[in-house]
Amino acid sequence: MDSSFSARGEVLRSIRLALGQRMEAERVAAQYDALPRDYKRAGTLSQEDKLQLFLRRLEEYGAGVKFVARDAIREEIGGKLAARGCRRLVIPRDLPAAWLPLGFEFIPNGGEGELSPPLGAAEMDGMDGALTGCTVAVAETGSIVLQSGPRQGSRALTLVPDYHLCVVFAGQVVETVPESFAVLDSTSDLPTTFFSGPSATADIEMTRIKGVHGPRFLDVLVVD
Amino acid sequence: MKPAVSSHWSDRDFPEAARELLEDSQTRSNVRHATDVIQAKRDAVTGELPDWQQLRDAGEAIRAHSLAHLDFYLEQFEQACTRAGGQVHWARDAAEANQIILGLIQRHSVTEVLKIKTMTSEEVGLNPYLETHGIRAHETDLAELIIQLGKDKPSHFVVPALHKNRMQVREIFQREMHLPELGERPEDLASAARSYLREKFFRLKVAVSGANFLIAENGAVCIVESEGNGRMCLTLPDVLISLVGIEKVLPRFRDLEVFLQTLPRSATGERMNPYNSIWTGVRPGDGPKEFHVVLLDNRRSPILGDAESRQTLQCIRCAACLNACPVYHQTGGHAYESVYAGPIGAILTPQLHSLEEGRSLPYASSLCGACYEVCPVKINIPEVLIHLRGKIVEEDQKTLRGQLGIWNLGMATAAMLLASGARLSMAQRMGQIAQKIFVNRDGMIERLPFPLSGWTQTRDMKSLPKQSFRQWWSERAAPSEASVGNPDRAGHAAGRGGPDGQ
Repeated sequence: MDSSFSARGEVLRSIRLALGQRMEAERVAAQYDALPRDYKRAGTLSQEDKLQLFLRRLEEYGAGVKFVARDAIREEIGGKLAARGCRRLVIPRDLPAAWLPLGFEFIPNGGEGELSPPLGAAEMDGMDGALTGCTVAVAETGSIVLQSGPRQGSRALTLVPDYHLCVVFAGQVVETVPESFAVLDSTSDLPTTFFSGPSATADIEMTRIKGVHGPRFLDVLVVD
Repeated sequence: MKPAVSSHWSDRDFPEAARELLEDSQTRSNVRHATDVIQAKRDAVTGELPDWQQLRDAGEAIRAHSLAHLDFYLEQFEQACTRAGGQVHWARDAAEANQIILGLIQRHSVTEVLKIKTMTSEEVGLNPYLETHGIRAHETDLAELIIQLGKDKPSHFVVPALHKNRMQVREIFQREMHLPELGERPEDLASAARSYLREKFFRLKVAVSGANFLIAENGAVCIVESEGNGRMCLTLPDVLISLVGIEKVLPRFRDLEVFLQTLPRSATGERMNPYNSIWTGVRPGDGPKEFHVVLLDNRRSPILGDAESRQTLQCIRCAACLNACPVYHQTGGHAYESVYAGPIGAILTPQLHSLEEGRSLPYASSLCGACYEVCPVKINIPEVLIHLRGKIVEEDQKTLRGQLGIWNLGMATAAMLLASGARLSMAQRMGQIAQKIFVNRDGMIERLPFPLSGWTQTRDMKSLPKQSFRQWWSERAAPSEASVGNPDRAGHAAGRGGPDGQ
C-alpha cells in the first residue's frame, strides 16, 4: 500500500501545483452556492396533463401503461400477469399482501432476518417476472426511480427477471428531473436506479431496439 | 518519455490516416448514416427544452467549479466513499492503474472478468494488459462486444461500433459466436448478444467498469447506460472495480439533475437513456461485497494548470461534438488514431500526451464551431484548438527542424512581405508574371509547384488579377479632396462637413 499512498500524495500535489492557491471549505461552499441555476426546476403542468405526459413517454419507450383505481390494484395486477402469461413472480418482502391476486406464486426476496437465504441470480432468472412499487417517477422523461426503499427490493430483483410490473402512485409522479432529485436527495445513499422503458440499445445503426440484458418487458400501473 | 501504454495508437498523423479512411466508402456511409440519425434526434430533444441554454450554463459552471477545486472534491469523495465501505486507490499513470486492477483481480484468483464499456480502460490499455497476465476481460456493451469480437478499435465513445452496419455485425457474430443461422435484424443481433453474455453475468465474480460521475458529498458513483449490461455488472458480481479519471467528480448528488438531462439528450438523442445507476460503497444483501474505485491521473492534472485549455476536462463524454463535426462526419473516428476521437479528442489526446503525440490533431478541424454549439458543458473547442496550435508552433520554433520547416519559412516570408507596401507590390508583380504558365482558360490555377502544391492539392485557386488594387489606385489621377470621380460620393463627402472638410 506504500506505493499507492505515495501515488495519492503525488496526484494531489500535482493538482495543487496546477491550480495554485487552495481555498478553505467555507469559501468553496459559498462559490458553489453562487453557481448559476436558471434552468427549470418546478413543473408547470396540471396533474392531469402531467400524468398524460408520463403515459405518453412510457408508451414511446414501448412499455405498457394503464391508469387504475386504488381499489382495483389487485385485480389489475392479476389481469396484467395473466395477459403476460406470468405464473411465478419475485416480490420485495414488504409488498402489501392486498396487492397480490390469487392464482399466482409470489416469492418474497430480500430484507433483513429472513428464514430462507435471498435468491441467487440464476434462481431469479427462473422467475417469470418481478412486481414492485417505486420511489418517484418523472413525467417529462418517462422515468421511474427505484431506491431499494419500501416495496422496491434489491437491485437484482428488478433486473434479472425478464418482465417487470411496476406500480406507481399518481402522487409519486413529478414533472421534471430536478423535482425528482428533490425527492431522492434525503436518501441519496441508497442504491438508486432510474429506468426509462424496457432495456434497449441503439448500438446497431442507431435504431433503438427493445430488450437486451435488463427486463425486456415492462408494464406500469398508475394508481389514481 | 513515451508512456508504456498509450491512448494514441500510432505515429501516423491525421491527414495520412484520414486519406486511407476516405477511400473506404462503406465505413464512410455507415458513419454518415449514424451521425445523421443521432444529430437529428439530438436536435429534436434539445430543441424542445426551453431551458436548454440554462442547463448548458449550469453544466459548464458546475464542471468548471469542480475542476477549480479538484483536490478538495477528490479528497471529499475519497472520505465519503471509504465511509460507505468502498476502497479508493490512486493511479499516477496508465501502468499504475493496470497494476492496481490486476492485483485486485488476482486476489480473487479468477481468470475471467466482466467489463462495462469504459473509454478510460481503453486509454490505459487494460484489456491487452490483463490478457498478457492470463485474464480474459469480456466486454458486455453490445458495441464493445462487436469491437472485441471483430478485433477492431472503437471509433466513437458513445457508439464505439458506429462504423459497422448490421450486415458486418452479423458476420462477426456468426463467426465468433458460432451462429451460422443468425438473422440480420438488429433484434436478432441484440438477442444473440443477450444469450452469449447471460451465462457470464451469472457466473463471473469480478467486474470492471468506468463511471460517468463521482459525487463528492456522499461518495456515490453514477453509471449511465442503455442495455442493462451495466446494471448486471454492478449488481451481480461479488467484486466491482471502477476505473475513473480524476476529473469526473461533481460536488453534490443534486448536480446530477443537470447532467442526467443534458447527457442523454446530447449523447443518444433520448430524453432519458434506459438505465442510470447511482450507488455508494457496498450495501449488505444488495450488490457487490467489495467495491474499489481507481482514480486515474495519467497526465490530466497538468492540464488544469493551463487556464485556456483546462476546460477540456469539463467533458462528460457525450460525443455530441463528434456527431456535429463536419470533419468527423467524413473521416469517422479511426482517422484520429486515438481512443478519444472527434473534436474533443483533437484537444484531449495531444494534452494527455503533453503535446508529444497527436500533434496533427488540433489541425483536424475547420474551426467552424459546431462542436462548441452542441457541447452540453460549453467547452469552447475552437478556442482550445487554436491555443494548442499556437503552443505547437511555439515549440516547433524552438527547434532547428521547426525553424526550417515549410510552415515557419512560409509564415516568415509572408510576414516579411506584408510588413511593407513596397515589398508587397513587388511580390504581386512577380506573382502576376510567374503565374502565367499555371493559369487555365477560366482564369483559375489548378496546380502549383512545391512548396505551394499543398494548397492546390485539394482546391483550385483564383489567379492574381492583371492589376492589383494598389496599382489601380496609384495609376488613377491623384485623389484630390471631394473629387474621386464619382459624383454621388463627391456630393456626399462635400455635404458631410466632417473634420476632413473643415
